[in-house]
Amino acid sequence: MSEALGPRIAVVTFPGSNDDGDAALALELLGAEAVRVWHAETALPEGAAGVVLPGGFSYGDYLRCGAIARFAPVMEAVGAFAASGGPVLGICNGFQILCEAGLLPGVLRQNRQEQFICADVTITVESTSSAFASAWEIGQELVIPIKHGEGNWYGDDELVAGLETRGQVAFRYAEDVNGAVGSVAGVTNEAGNVLGLMPHPEHAVDPLLGPTGGVAVLEGLLSAAGIPVTH
Amino acid sequence: MKATVLIRPKEGILDPQGEAVGEALRTLGFAVTSARVGRLVDVDLETDDPAEAETALAAMSRDLLANPLIESFTIEIGDGA
Repeated sequence: MSEALGPRIAVVTFPGSNDDGDAALALELLGAEAVRVWHAETALPEGAAGVVLPGGFSYGDYLRCGAIARFAPVMEAVGAFAASGGPVLGICNGFQILCEAGLLPGVLRQNRQEQFICADVTITVESTSSAFASAWEIGQELVIPIKHGEGNWYGDDELVAGLETRGQVAFRYAEDVNGAVGSVAGVTNEAGNVLGLMPHPEHAVDPLLGPTGGVAVLEGLLSAAGIPVTH
Repeated sequence: MKATVLIRPKEGILDPQGEAVGEALRTLGFAVTSARVGRLVDVDLETDDPAEAETALAAMSRDLLANPLIESFTIEIGDGA
């Protein structure tokens, strides 16, 4: 064990996850120690200070995206970790899973245009009240790719009003890309330690490969994970 | 006993799939004003008690089969065919 390692972040792999490898690589590029966790595990790795639920098509997106993954054995440990204040980041399918699991508000529906969208998009920081946001600024623009067919976030009027009031809308698309209510691209839980977003920060950390808007998001997780949590 | 759960997009909820189906039907010349696309789950239960089945199916629908934010469900007990 090297003393130089950053926070230990668990990256969960469900059957059908396909961005778990990139998530681990990106976290390591930013100085974290990424530990891969199979969905059938019932506990998170010793000393894990943060959790990433990556993108992909867990359980084939059967029934609804994320609906089956929330019953994975590891999700009980993730839920307990989140309840104890540990930072959890859900990316794309991970966001869908967190919504279905009730750890995040709302639900992701099929894109309004009924097409899978793969594009670099600009999102803006809408709130700095979460555990992830210590280095973010309101209005800060991040360019991060999206690639999803079901990224159209929905909450009813009452839910949206509550989220806006409590600063739980973390990110908004600069332009409407998929029909999401209020162009919401990412939300947090009320406590501010669970964040989900449709764009893929793990694909936007290396200038050789394009935009680097993902750095701020993942560093937000690392800074949130820097505070030891008990679980 | 057999049962069927019908899951529908709630009224007022955007249903792009239904809109596309409606448009396709109109293209074919059918006089359709709207179409909504839902999901059907046929379940075979161990119990033969309709009341017990109804209770179990309602719980299944709330817990997994439908997302109450955007979907409603109806339960039909018995072999609907």
